[in-house]
Amino acid sequence: MTVAATFGPRPALWLGLLGAAALGLAILAGVVIGETPLPLPTVMATFANRIWDAGLAVDPIEAGIVWNYRLPRTLVAAACGAGLALSGVVLQSLVRNALADPYLLGVSAGASTGAVAVAILGVGGGLVGLSAGAFGGALLAFALVALLARAAGGGSATLVLAGIAGSQLFNALTSFFIARSASAEQARGIMFWLLGNLSGVRWPDVTLALPAALAGLLLCLWHIRAMDAFSFGTQSAKALGVPVRRVQAVLIGITTLMTAVMVSLVGSIGFVGLVVPHAVRLVVGPRHGALVPWAALAGAIFLIAADVVSRMLIAGQVVPIGVVTALVGAPGFALILIRNRRRP
Amino acid sequence: MRISVAQAGWRAGGRAIVADVTLEVAEGETFGLIGPNGSGKSTLLRLMAGLLPRAEGEVRLDGLPLTGLGRRETARRVALVEQQAETAEALTARDAVELGRTPWLSALAPFGPADRAIVDEALAAVGMAHMAGARWSTLSGGERQRLHIARALAQRPRILLLDEPTNHLDIHHQLSLLRLVSRLPVTVVMALHDLNQAMACDRIGVMAEGRLAALGPPREVLTPERLAQIFRVGATRLQDPADEATLLRFHCLEDLPRSG
Ligand SMILES: Nc1ncnc2c1ncn2[C@@H]1O[C@H](COP(=O)(O)OP(=O)(O)OP(=O)(O)O)[C@@H](O)[C@H]1O
Ligand SMILES: [Mg+2]
Repeated sequence: MTVAATFGPRPALWLGLLGAAALGLAILAGVVIGETPLPLPTVMATFANRIWDAGLAVDPIEAGIVWNYRLPRTLVAAACGAGLALSGVVLQSLVRNALADPYLLGVSAGASTGAVAVAILGVGGGLVGLSAGAFGGALLAFALVALLARAAGGGSATLVLAGIAGSQLFNALTSFFIARSASAEQARGIMFWLLGNLSGVRWPDVTLALPAALAGLLLCLWHIRAMDAFSFGTQSAKALGVPVRRVQAVLIGITTLMTAVMVSLVGSIGFVGLVVPHAVRLVVGPRHGALVPWAALAGAIFLIAADVVSRMLIAGQVVPIGVVTALVGAPGFALILIRNRRRP
Repeated sequence: MRISVAQAGWRAGGRAIVADVTLEVAEGETFGLIGPNGSGKSTLLRLMAGLLPRAEGEVRLDGLPLTGLGRRETARRVALVEQQAETAEALTARDAVELGRTPWLSALAPFGPADRAIVDEALAAVGMAHMAGARWSTLSGGERQRLHIARALAQRPRILLLDEPTNHLDIHHQLSLLRLVSRLPVTVVMALHDLNQAMACDRIGVMAEGRLAALGPPREVLTPERLAQIFRVGATRLQDPADEATLLRFHCLEDLPRSG
């Protein structure tokens, strides 16, 4: 059964609508489900009041929870999930390694170090300052990892090894900064945030996360042909007319930026960039025209779900979301390794 | 389209891999590049495709310098089939050929029915239409080679650069490929190891240690003396009584009966 047979003559349109509906439902679920479950009518009435000034009667406390806590949190989860999944898609295509993702290549670790340095040293400060610090750290980490891989003779296996070395180095630096300068309370807060945490998310975070994810999605969509052309290597991409250097700079730039923004907002969340693209590839195939939009959607829904689970897993306590993604992601990662071995 | 190379060279690891190559291939000509392993054939083809950084000399297409064209414009004129190019992605045969349309497409000019027709035609030209849906990892070496060539055809280039296009191919597909490229209305430059296949080219160039050692029509270039000197083989010219074509038969120099 082909896509066209199921959806008639305009499959892209129908699939797009289906995707948007799925995302809408996921966001709704993310708002409804929580420690205090809020009934759907309350949630809908709050949305109507806020968006169209409908003037419906809603309990102000419940309305506050819906609008000020749950909705921004769910939107940021969606943006982070999409951003991390897209980062994985980009890195896997450009470095031609199934294991490439911002977490394994040390980019997330670098972003954490940058953000922690800004938070503790207090330079800049504020949301944008944190993100800028994270961006600087992420770029530095990627540059170091790429240089190390190159010095070690190149090849995509070397890049992953260099990424592991880079992650260790930047994680150590982060610990060093914390041990040196943070108070015990600060340290506890930072450690909790490092594992991935959406508890503190408010509207200002949304205004940073959504544009970053949307910019990433648009740039990836713009470059789907170029990413396809990398399938047979950089030489071949170049021979097919792809301006390799520019595409690498733009795509790695936006990947680093997305990772930095997401890490500075919610900490470093592993496995999304690794597992989501591979799972999506199994369903829609390796071509980026389908892979990019579906990976973004699946990443968004996956992280909303992970956030809901993190709130519900232990009553009265929030499990770090990075723990939830790792609990699902590690077995997924194992499956990828096994599949790779089977490949001829 | 005419392609000319002037004093082209490329260095790597402190060594000249290709040095001082000057040649011009005319519109529609089929040009063979021969030479021992490591003599610089693949490097010269990459130079002609404008793929090598820090290249010396100049490559021109119809008199226009390649460096002024930009990658996309170059890829619309010149297609290169490399000696080996592999992928770990779960692409189908058809996906691989569709990549050839890359320089003609953009986010605003997506893949359309005209592109589909060109891809169909390219798949048919190399006899792979019936396997369009097969996974890359399940294909044989020769099938992959034919798809690379189909990808280059789908690029609709004016100049086709082929690096050992016939290796991996069975004898039927070798002959049909050579017939296909000689009939294409494009300029073809191909590196070949089979000197009898080189005999069918309009002209050939002989590479030796990075330099162009000889250039001209095959019968003039492939003399027994030159074959002995460059390829270290003895050669006898034979005539096929069916069509008077010249064939070469080779033997190890060591095995020659010593004369005199
Ligand atoms: N990037 C590189 N760095 C160092 N040396 C290189 C590089 N590329 C090619 N060479 C060397 O240049 C020489 C010519 O290589 P090239 O691939 O052009 O030869 P070739 O004539 O195509 O050989 P073959 O018949 O085996 O395909 C070889 O000795 C090779 O080792
Ligand atoms: Mg070669």
